[in-house]
Amino acid sequence: MTHLTIPKTYKLYVGGKFPRSESGRVYEVTTAKGAFLANAAKASRKDARDAVVAARAAQSGWAGATGYNRGQVLYRVAEVLEGRRAQFIDEIVASEGVSTAAATAQVNEAIDTWVWYAGWADKYVQVAGNGNGVSGPYFNLSTPEPTGVVAIIAPRESSLLGLASVIGPAVATGNTVVVIASERAPLSAISLAEVLATSDVPGGVVNVLTGSAAEIAPWLASHADVNGLDLAGAGDLGSDSAGTGSAGTGSASTGSASTGESTWVDLQIAAAETLKRVLPPVSGIPSRSIDRMLAFTETKTVWHTKAMI
Amino acid sequence: MTSFLDYAPAPESTAILALKPSYGLFINGEFVDGHGDGFTTISPSTEKRIADIASANSADVDLAVAAARRAHDRTWSKLSGADRGKYLFRIARLVQERARELAVAESLDNGKPIREARDVDVPLVAAWFFYYAGWADKLDYAGLGTNPRSLGVAAQVIPWNFPLLMLAWKIAPALAAGNTVVIKPAETTPLTALIFAEILQQADLPAGVVNIITGAGETGELLVNHPDVDKVAFTGSTAVGKAIARSTAGSGKKITLELGGKAANIVFDDAPIDQAIEGIVNGIFFNQGHVCCAGSRLLVQENIHDDVVERLKARLSTLRLGDPLDKNTDIGAINSREQLDRIRDLSDIGESEGADRWTADCAIPENGFWFAPTIFTNVSTSHRIARDEVFGPVLSVLTFRTPAEAVAKANNTPYGLSAGIWSSNGSRILAVADRLRAGVIWANTFNQFDPASPFGGYKESGYGREGGRHGLAAYLSEAAPAARQAVTSKGATK
Amino acid sequence: MTITRAPIELAPAERAVRLIGGDLTEKSLRLHLEGLPGIDAVGLEQRAASLGTRSIKTTSKAWALDRIISLIDLTTLEGADSPGKVRSLVAKAITPDAGDPSTPRVAAVCVYGDMVPYAVDALGGLHGDPDAGGISVAAVATAFPSGRASLAVKLADTADAIAAGADEIDMVIDRGAYLSGRYGLVFDQIVAVKEACRRADGTSAHLKVILETGELTTYDNVRRASWLAILAGADFIKTSTGKVAPAATLPVTLLMLGVVRDWHRLTGERIGVKPAGGIRTSKDAIKYLVTVAETVGEEWLTPHLFRFGASSLLNDVLLQRQKLTTGHYSGPDYVTMD
Repeated sequence: MTHLTIPKTYKLYVGGKFPRSESGRVYEVTTAKGAFLANAAKASRKDARDAVVAARAAQSGWAGATGYNRGQVLYRVAEVLEGRRAQFIDEIVASEGVSTAAATAQVNEAIDTWVWYAGWADKYVQVAGNGNGVSGPYFNLSTPEPTGVVAIIAPRESSLLGLASVIGPAVATGNTVVVIASERAPLSAISLAEVLATSDVPGGVVNVLTGSAAEIAPWLASHADVNGLDLAGAGDLGSDSAGTGSAGTGSASTGSASTGESTWVDLQIAAAETLKRVLPPVSGIPSRSIDRMLAFTETKTVWHTKAMI
Repeated sequence: MTSFLDYAPAPESTAILALKPSYGLFINGEFVDGHGDGFTTISPSTEKRIADIASANSADVDLAVAAARRAHDRTWSKLSGADRGKYLFRIARLVQERARELAVAESLDNGKPIREARDVDVPLVAAWFFYYAGWADKLDYAGLGTNPRSLGVAAQVIPWNFPLLMLAWKIAPALAAGNTVVIKPAETTPLTALIFAEILQQADLPAGVVNIITGAGETGELLVNHPDVDKVAFTGSTAVGKAIARSTAGSGKKITLELGGKAANIVFDDAPIDQAIEGIVNGIFFNQGHVCCAGSRLLVQENIHDDVVERLKARLSTLRLGDPLDKNTDIGAINSREQLDRIRDLSDIGESEGADRWTADCAIPENGFWFAPTIFTNVSTSHRIARDEVFGPVLSVLTFRTPAEAVAKANNTPYGLSAGIWSSNGSRILAVADRLRAGVIWANTFNQFDPASPFGGYKESGYGREGGRHGLAAYLSEAAPAARQAVTSKGATK
Repeated sequence: MTITRAPIELAPAERAVRLIGGDLTEKSLRLHLEGLPGIDAVGLEQRAASLGTRSIKTTSKAWALDRIISLIDLTTLEGADSPGKVRSLVAKAITPDAGDPSTPRVAAVCVYGDMVPYAVDALGGLHGDPDAGGISVAAVATAFPSGRASLAVKLADTADAIAAGADEIDMVIDRGAYLSGRYGLVFDQIVAVKEACRRADGTSAHLKVILETGELTTYDNVRRASWLAILAGADFIKTSTGKVAPAATLPVTLLMLGVVRDWHRLTGERIGVKPAGGIRTSKDAIKYLVTVAETVGEEWLTPHLFRFGASSLLNDVLLQRQKLTTGHYSGPDYVTMD
């Protein structure tokens, strides 16, 4: 007798737990060819609000951990990812319609990216910070500190790799994040959340919302308790032709006439109200870079008088 | 003689200035006419006219940006870093040579005491150019990898509180990194920028590398929103900073903003008390309180509150308010009538909110804009004078009982520019510094600036840093970005 | 075996008893001194430098120059001092500038104890309270400058000077005792010397206590030693013997003026301050006047509350005075060397 599968219910990941959307809504996730895969929770603005609360609650503890400690936690995530690679490969093949070889390559790259950022957690300060030789009797030191709570719109494609490429840099430095997963391919995001939940990552450090970025993102962009906004995957929000996003350069526009949705520029404008630190969209997957880590840090410079007598 | 403490007048002479009756815009290495509605700059201590100033309209802004673009693409980006550095060294030396003249002009146009312009502002200006001159051929060490690139044309808008110093903060790193500049001085303080333009001519800086266009808010708006500008650097109010963040959204321009603050100066009961008093006074009354990082909230440990307030009042009684050009003046003029009205309004609000108001006994001259140093005690965190930036010589005094409470109160603001910590316990200083959400923290000192030391804020005090390696990096981008292969739906790499 | 040490009781100096309380021991004194606020050297020196940027011109300058002269303890403290040298010093003290009779007199002459008789003799009728237009005689005592001798010897040194007619005694504290933490010893010695300043007729010579700040080194030590000296009965606290570098500095004097200001706030009593050694130019001396005026108030710029311990300063002030009068720069030939 063949085994009848038990389909997974895909819920949100907020505060270390897996709640359904408070709105009760779900949306259909299909394969690349259109076959039904799962009903994913469709996050509402209240879910986003709760996620920010959870992220804020976790932030001072996460930032207060030593870099070494954060690095170890992140490395453990890579360990667990490695152990569950088969599950991820299957999910990617099903939802993205790529070959097993391509899915395997993506999973490998995602794990390696995760390890790369884990290794930075206790080092980025040395690269980005420095002593300053001021002309006076002062000890003067500049160090980067995490910005706080960062809202991220994950890349639309290559869901697992995309997530690793945006979450890793933000949390390695001590930020906590609220991630809006790729709407089309959210399953890896929730599976990743399961990995996070079982890897010593404190609840609230990473919060994953599945659903419509167009619906949720404006609420996060304007939220006064969100300090940073990574628009990595927001390139074609609100544009008439989905799939040909204009990312990063001067030709972006505001307020799509046909959809009435916010474009990423609208989001940046909303973010300006509280002077959030904003990263613009990228096409494809963001490369690994120190810049991406430092984008959500603040440089603090301390002066202290020095005198023998 | 009535009293030794009424020191005889010791005026610095304005004879050193060779002022023109009117100034044009400095575009492409020359002074040209402006086509906007010109205006006058006055001395805020006497309200007398100093000179007529041109205003740049949209066409002038286009001209300036075009000049900067040409200079960048054809000249400046082709020079070696070492040569760029040499120009900056020349400028630094010329500033030193003409230091007295610049200090007098600054004091006259801004209202700040000549002693401060002479001993603080102008020396820091020279230092800033010296510092960045040395970086120009060492960009590989800026933190962006080897061969970083300049951004292109930088649009820079600066405030009226440290006119020449803010100009140095903007121009020096931009040029060192290979960018060219269009800079707009504040409407009420254009004078030293225009004298600086003469210095650029003396330094033989290639035409168009620095363009100085005077004008009001509208000129600044045109400039920062100009499509052919790659970088925007703004220092000014948080409200305008937000407007710039909005209007440049989606443009791809790199932005740095240095905005307002409401810094906490935290005094613990084991502070070196006499030096803490000096630090409090310096923190809020230096430059008439027109300082974004001013220590405008005194957070004093409750058990020493009365002693500290008494000592503060005694100390304030030796501050001298008056003619900015008198070398013994400590408190100069408020920069403009508008600013004076704002300070007065907020102070009246402070009184009506229920705080206790005390003002130093200063003789106020008849003409000019003046505000005597003022202290509010019994201030609560919910009062507007504990939250709103006054930008004047007004100190709000609040208390705390424990270090944790001090930190919480200090951080309880949308601003996050600076803070002061006074204690003889080094351990506590460092732990408190760790927890303060502020970009610049001074321990047992205040208002220290150095070109090697990064300056900038958290939260609504802006983003980006000026000074140091970080300030240089703000004007650079990495060399050709490593192409990242995206995995496509067919499994092939792009 | 029990290890107990009886608390070292201190001589019951009146101010100390009033402030610290009845059980005046070395321990209670130490607790009090160590509870005083600390000093940040960088901030102190910056404040002093800032006071030094005051620009004192025209009428203020003229007033300042005259006031400096009237606050000088004209000093000779050499092994080679002789009666002739002292007589010459006194003549200069009385008539600093023979070419300008409007020149004020100095406040006092300061000599070794065994030179006091010659100073008194040379002053004649002008020997008296500088606040009243006279010139007083200050004697260094207590094994000046090192202070390394028994208490008996120090007291004898003091008594001799008083007997010879000294109006003021400039004593040195025992720095070795201070730096090794024996505050009680330092305290008791000052009390004893103060006692020795009392004459048979009930009047007292004024006591200046030299801290020798150059050996105390840290500002915290200077602050504590200043309080200690005042508690023990000092009328003046004085920076230095002039035999050790650094002698008087503006920051250290600012610090001591701060102590005196705080003492006045606390008790209403006024204590004097004397920076000594290393003040050679009018420019420097004017900075001290500014510092006094802006720290404790210009009422302190009077002989019973402020003195300059100096020798070559006087001539520089005279040169400046001459420039103000004549309008041109003067030269060393126009002031007397002695």
